[in-house]
Amino acid sequence: MNSVHDMGGQQGFGPVHLEKAEPLFHANWESRAMAMTVAMGASGQWNIDLSRSARESLPPATYLSSTYYEIWIRGLEKLLLERGMVTQAELEAGQLITPPAKVNKVLTLDTVDAALKAGTPTERPIAQPALFKVGQKVRALNMHPQGHTRLPRYVRGHVGTIVCLHGGHVMPDQHTLRALPPFNVAVEWLYTVVFDGPTLWGTGSDPSVEVTVDAWESYLEATD
Amino acid sequence: MTSHSHDHDHDHSTLSEMDVRVRALETLLTQKGYIDPAGIDRIIETYENEVGPHNGAQVVAKAWAEPEFKAWLLQDATAAIASLGFTGRQGEHMVAVENTPDQHNMVVCTLCSCYPWPVLGLPPVWYKSAAYRSRAVLEPRKVLADFGVALPESTRIRVWDSTAEVRYLVLPKRPAGTDNLSQTALAALVTRDAMIGTALI
Repeated sequence: MNSVHDMGGQQGFGPVHLEKAEPLFHANWESRAMAMTVAMGASGQWNIDLSRSARESLPPATYLSSTYYEIWIRGLEKLLLERGMVTQAELEAGQLITPPAKVNKVLTLDTVDAALKAGTPTERPIAQPALFKVGQKVRALNMHPQGHTRLPRYVRGHVGTIVCLHGGHVMPDQHTLRALPPFNVAVEWLYTVVFDGPTLWGTGSDPSVEVTVDAWESYLEATD
Repeated sequence: MTSHSHDHDHDHSTLSEMDVRVRALETLLTQKGYIDPAGIDRIIETYENEVGPHNGAQVVAKAWAEPEFKAWLLQDATAAIASLGFTGRQGEHMVAVENTPDQHNMVVCTLCSCYPWPVLGLPPVWYKSAAYRSRAVLEPRKVLADFGVALPESTRIRVWDSTAEVRYLVLPKRPAGTDNLSQTALAALVTRDAMIGTALI
């Protein structure tokens, strides 16, 4: 969806503020928020695309006025509520009121290290040949889906060049179509596409700039 | 009122709204059996003490010192980086991009905060900020100026927007006069921001 999370090319946010001797977390709750989000992600009740979708579909004003880990907590609460894993009354009370839902997996002290080391690869075998090859010109589709997508607005409709093929990867737009496991898994070729700065940003823009995005095959079309 | 609950009430009066909210959520998720608080502690400890830019610095130093490793890194970063023991969450599919006199590389995630955790740890606040995410693709030279970096006009700037599950590591240029340094000494020169592409070494 075209929400405020899709920030590439927006203006008015001012300079990048650099903090000297920046701490890893700015409050104790931030570390708990990070770790709970990671742990609950491992529960298997949603996938990374559903969790991104939960954050980016927060009301725009909420998204922009929240700190980073506030967004994570609001997204996590939303995912839990949507699945009936917690109730609003429980969130407010900070206490269990209704019995727990069944989850696929609980990340325990014994399993954390292995889970972090393994990660969640998205590459999958793909039988069909790639439609595009390195050096080929492609156009990013002009599309505005209501649901989750990873094609940023600033490249849509523009022509770029394929610079790399990454094999088959789980396609995020499809991966959010079913909220609960088993998720809707479609595998598509993933490409890196490079765009000239002036193609994206027009007259007066810096000609020495190039921007790449990683794009699934169905985000792209041949130009000839 | 027991002394314990007194302490509890007292804590709350000095906590921020987010502190209270996140504590309530952790209590609830623990009671539900969805999380193990010791597992939560372990995740935090991992990123506070074990995984961070010192990992990426080892990768860069090795690439500077060993041409075969550099070639492997540029050809198959996931495998080359895994050979040093750095794998997993948010680094499942790695690509290394080399800075040269002709091309400077810079990494952003305009859609959220994608960042190569196994080699750089958790991202700094500026990397996740609206200012960086919005401007890095539109006016990278001006963003670099915010970092105090000025590149020659003849240097092309390629900005890598991490829109999928590929994570990017910038291989900075090796500074002159470092021929005699050990890999450990080289690694000490490598900064986090240089591996994102917002600093030079």
